[in-house]
Parts: sequence; structure tokens; C-alpha cells
Amino acid sequence: MSERVAVRKTYKLFIGGKFPRSESGRSYLVQSSNVSLASRKDARDAVVAARAAVKGWAGATAYNRGQILYRAAEMLEGRREQFVALGIPGDEVDAAVDRWVWYAGWADKLAQVYGGANPVAGPYFNISAPEPTGVVAVVAPERPALLGLVSVIAPAIVTGNTVVVAASPSEPLAAVTLAEVLATSDLPGGVVNILTGAITETAPTLASHMDVNAIDLTGVTDASLASELEVKAAENLKRVLRPAPADHDWSADPGLTRMTTLLETKTVWHPKGV
Amino acid sequence: MFEYAPAPESRSVVDLKPSYGLFIDGKFVDPTDGGSFKSINPASEEVLAEIAEAGAEDVERAVRAARKAYDKVWGPMPGRDRAKYLFRIARLIQERSRELAVLESLDNGKPIRESRDVDLPLVAAHFFYYAGWADKLGHAGFGSNPQPIGVAAQVIPWNFPLLMLAWKIAPALAAGNTVVLKPAETTPLTALLFAEICQQAELPAGVVNIVTGAGDTGRALVEHPGVDKVAFTGSTEVGRAIARSVAGTRKKLTLELGGKAANIVFDDAPIDQAVEGIVNGIFFNQGHVCCAGSRLLVQENVADRVLESLKRRMAQLRVGDPLDKNTDVGAINSAAQLERIRELSDAGSAEGAERWSPPCELPDRGFWFAPTIFTGVTQAHRIAREEIFGPVLSVLTFRTPAEAVEKANNTPYGLSAGIWTDKGSRILWMADRLRAGVVWANTFNKFDPTSPFGGYKESGYGREGGRHGLEGYLNV
Repeated sequence: MSERVAVRKTYKLFIGGKFPRSESGRSYLVQSSNVSLASRKDARDAVVAARAAVKGWAGATAYNRGQILYRAAEMLEGRREQFVALGIPGDEVDAAVDRWVWYAGWADKLAQVYGGANPVAGPYFNISAPEPTGVVAVVAPERPALLGLVSVIAPAIVTGNTVVVAASPSEPLAAVTLAEVLATSDLPGGVVNILTGAITETAPTLASHMDVNAIDLTGVTDASLASELEVKAAENLKRVLRPAPADHDWSADPGLTRMTTLLETKTVWHPKGV
Repeated sequence: MFEYAPAPESRSVVDLKPSYGLFIDGKFVDPTDGGSFKSINPASEEVLAEIAEAGAEDVERAVRAARKAYDKVWGPMPGRDRAKYLFRIARLIQERSRELAVLESLDNGKPIRESRDVDLPLVAAHFFYYAGWADKLGHAGFGSNPQPIGVAAQVIPWNFPLLMLAWKIAPALAAGNTVVLKPAETTPLTALLFAEICQQAELPAGVVNIVTGAGDTGRALVEHPGVDKVAFTGSTEVGRAIARSVAGTRKKLTLELGGKAANIVFDDAPIDQAVEGIVNGIFFNQGHVCCAGSRLLVQENVADRVLESLKRRMAQLRVGDPLDKNTDVGAINSAAQLERIRELSDAGSAEGAERWSPPCELPDRGFWFAPTIFTGVTQAHRIAREEIFGPVLSVLTFRTPAEAVEKANNTPYGLSAGIWTDKGSRILWMADRLRAGVVWANTFNKFDPTSPFGGYKESGYGREGGRHGLEGYLNV
């Protein structure tokens, strides 16, 4: 009897909860697979999908977002071997699962830690609470392909933002496989959108897009590209997350900065009286 | 309308010098290239003093002094001792508040009632509040031992000269940074009096440096490579330019920029209170307020009643001498700002909105603009989209809460918003949906040192005030 011929996977983009090919019809050979080479148009389509998802995701209860993120951790754990088969060390997959769980728990706690009542000098009720900034563009770190990716996506979405992620160009398979995890985690379509391909093609489009509220430059290692993206981001005053390269210890306690940089603080006043 | 006898505040409490130098390394010094400009009283066009203009070399000296003070004195100093200096400053401001208030009104044109009762109490309170943080930073939620950033470059606007100085300097110093601050070119005087207060408090030399000048001085300061942190309050246009100029550097940036706030009045709001709030929202400080309620969104079925009351109330506003204690609306800060207000108001008329001002006698000299409303404004009109930064209100209407939210958020800005309704659940529903950093419900233009202030979207990023205000000055 002859050996069974395997059914291979086609690695595509993840936009609006669907897996389209690049509208440009292009792909590139990487990690022994043909992976979609996202175009500027794909980046713009992803922003449209991300914007459409903001209302529902930001408006969901914090408890609900926490549950969905926890569900994503469960799905990731279940696909552990699939990531190992892609060459991701088992320890890294475990750390990525733990990170999802850590961030999932923040959903309904951050507002208490980062906001609260302000004792103003007058007869007013006054309270500050964090809110999501909106659509966040993320340039994911080149590696570690899975832990780095999870560590930039989870803090952005747990608070109610939606993201367009430019995945690691050299190791994109983990990103596409993570998209399959998210697609089966009750995460609404469009909350996470993943583009594979060249950072130099997608990132400038995202940085200059007027409907993107913030950009995370973690994965940009070329200093002149980082400057160029920051200059573009200034056009509509995007919030810019640009950690110092020394901060890229993915095993360390992540702290709150990744979440808080992508938040707005809203303060509400009301008089007290009878 | 009642006739009031003039009740001018005395100028004699202010001892104006004919000229002022730069405040660098604890001393007043002459600028290297000897340039200067004049600061005038916008209510009379009288020259108040000759002010030194800092060039690149002066900025260099100031940054060097700030760096030395950071390395040798202020950085290593225990928070407890930094706190004591800030408490001293707070007390000195309280003690000299009358002098500062009169000087502020002279230089800025704002009514003495506001500089005396709003600006100065808030300035002192701000220093008092942040003084107390200096030895408690480990409890502020930024880690157990958060570190300062270094030398802060701070550029502030002319609408609340001393208050904006306090918002910048108090948290910076409490967190352990040293500062070089550039006040606006039309309102440098209270900052220079503040420099004297620093001397009086025996604040170590170089911790606070004040460089006066216009845009070029500001640019030299924020672009200086020796600066670790840039904080700017002013127009969105300049904010954008600053964001571009710090791109690619490690400078930490906070921006507090323009606004076009919606003040939303529902049909169940107590009309008289709402009208007071509308007037306060747009005519406070001549409308030179980034968070001014410059777009009135009024529910259609009460629009006529609200407008009738509003016009009646506007006719009571007293426009005139800023030093008169009865004055409600003072002088426009500068000829250039008056020109911008006129230009946008003319555009309002040209685009078809209906303009109205109460009969109102304006002084012959100085820069004045009568309180003005435009009705029949659509969202496409320039006066509904662009920040006028003057006493000009654009009135639009809505029918449903959802439409009010849609119109309120239809702006690239997101600094503040107002809601007037008797229904609590509607306030909270609206507050959730308005994309603005400060939401005033059944009140407007309230400020407090404990309350974070700052915008969404193109109104900038970072918060000033409260625990949040420390974040921009700590290495987190």
C-alpha cells in the first residue's frame, strides 16, 4: 500500500475573521512555504476590518473580553504540537500560553489599577477610567515568532482595542497558525488582523493611515525606518509605542506600559447636590 | 442692566521692571546675542516690559544648567527634600497671589476675577498637590522605585500662562526632573516673577530655567539633543511638528493640543443652569481655552428656548477693563489672535451661518471681540470644525442621543465635552460614548490638580494632573 499523500496548508492573511489571499495575488517563499505577500491595499482593508470591530469589542464587558482571551489560551494550549512542528520550542509555546492567561486576567482589573476616583476640592463626583484608543497597528518582533507575537497582541486587545499586525517576515508561519487559534476562540472577526509579507511595504501604510489611532514599533529594528514611521504617525498624532531594544526580554514581567500606552484616560465630572 | 461703578484692582501691587533677562542657573542673565521683544498689555496696547529673546546659545546654556542640576543636586536629592522646596513654592505663590493675579491680567488680558479666583488658586494647589507626591513615588503605581527622566523641555501657551507653568513644572520637579521652560512670547511676565519666587524659595540653581522667546526659541529647545523629555501645550499644528521633530530620538513626549468641544443640551436639562454652563463654557477666559465648549449641540425641541435665554444672558456680560472686578470678558490676547477670530467669524457669515452679538461697547484701544454666537451652523462649516480660540459659539441641533454622540465625535479633536440632562442613566450612556478626555456633566470648565486632563485623537496624548500626571515625567 502506498504512503498517504499529505494535505498541505495554504498560508494566507487573516482579515476581518476570514483568511483571504493578498489582493495582489503575490506570495513569497519562506519557511519552505508560500506565504501571502501583503500589499498596501491589504493593509488598508485590514484597517477597515479593525475599525469595524472596534464598537463591538470596546463595548463588550471586560469580563467577556477576559473570557475570550482565556479561551484563546485554551486553544493555543490545544495546538501546542502544531507550533512545535513549526520549529517553535515547547518552552516558548508554554510561555506564550501563560502570557495569554496573564493578560486575559487584566481585562477586568486594569480600570481599577489605572483609574479611580479623584478627590477634587469641591462638591463634585470625579472619576477617571481608561478606555481603548481604537485601532492599533503593530509591527511584531521578528522573533521569538510566537512568544513575541502574543506579547504584543494580547496587551493591545485585552483593553478593547483592535489590531492590524505586521507579522515577522522571516518566520510568519507562527502568526498564520495563531490566526487559526484566534479564529476558533470566539474572538469577533476584525479584532485581530494579521498581515504577512514585507514590513517596508505594510508598516508605512499603517503608520500614515488616518484611521489608525496608535502604532507599536516593537518589531522595527532599522532605526531609519522607525524614524520614518514615527514621522508618518505624527500626521494624526498616533500614540507611539517604541520600547528601547533593551526592554525586549520576553521572559520578564511585561509590566503595564504595553497596555497603558494604548489607552486613553477619560475623566468625568458631575456636581453633587440635593 | 444694572449700571456698575468702575471697581478697578490696583496696579500698585505689581513692581514691573523695564526689562527682564533670561533665568538660567538660578540667575537672571542677558541673552548672548542681545535680542529682545516687548510684552504688551492687550487691553491698552501699552508696553509692559522689554523681554530677552533666547537664541540657540542661550538654550544651550539653559539645558547645560538643567543637566548639571539634575546630575549633581536634584536627581540625588531625597524626595522628602524636593517636596519641601515645592511646598515652599506653593506657599510663596499663595502669599504673592494678588501680585501674580494682577500681573497675569495685565499681560494676558483676562479678567482679574478669573486670574484671582481661578488661575492663582489652581496654581498654588497644583504645586501643593505634586509636592506631596515627591516622597511617595514608589506608591504611585509605576513600580517600587520609579526614576525621573532627566531634563524636561517645556513649552507653554498664552491662555493660562502661570497655570500652564504650574501644570508643567510641579509634576516634573516632584518626579525629580529639572526643567527648561519657555513661556509664550505674549505672556512671559508671570513666568519671570515665578523665577523670582524660585530664588526666594532658595530652589537650587539650574532646577528651573526660564527662556523667553517665540517659535524659534521653542524649536531650539525641543530639538536640543540634551533634552530627555518634551512637554508641549498649544496648537495641534505645532504639536504635530514637535512629534515629527522628536521622531527617532529617545525623547519622551506629551502633548496637550487643540479642541472643538461639544456642549450637549438635552430637552430635560434645567435651562437656566445649562445657559450658565454654555456661557462659562465658551466665554470663560475670552474663549481662549483649548477645552472650551465651542460647539453647542442643543436638542431641537428646546433650541428656541435655550437660544432666547442664552441671548438674554449674553446681553448681561460685561466686556472691558480686565482689572475691573466687575468684568466678565476681558481683552483678546494679541492682535494676531484677534485677526484669526475675525477671519473665522467672517467665514461663518460667508458660509451662511447667522451671526449675533449683544449690543456691547468695546474700548477704543486694545484687542477686543464681542461675545458672538452663530446659529444655523452645519457640520461642514469651518466654524464647526476649526478651533477659533475666541468668544465665538457655533450652535447646532440634534434630535436623538445617538445623533448627539455622532455629531459630538465628528471632529479630529477629542479634548472635552459637556452633557446637560436631568437623567442620570443618559449622562453615563453619553459619557461612555463621547471620545473626549474630560467629560463635564451638568457643569463645565472645572479643573483640579487631582483630576487628570488631556485629550483623545488629535488633541494630543498624555495626561496632566493627578497620579496620571506623574507618568509623563517618570521613566516608565
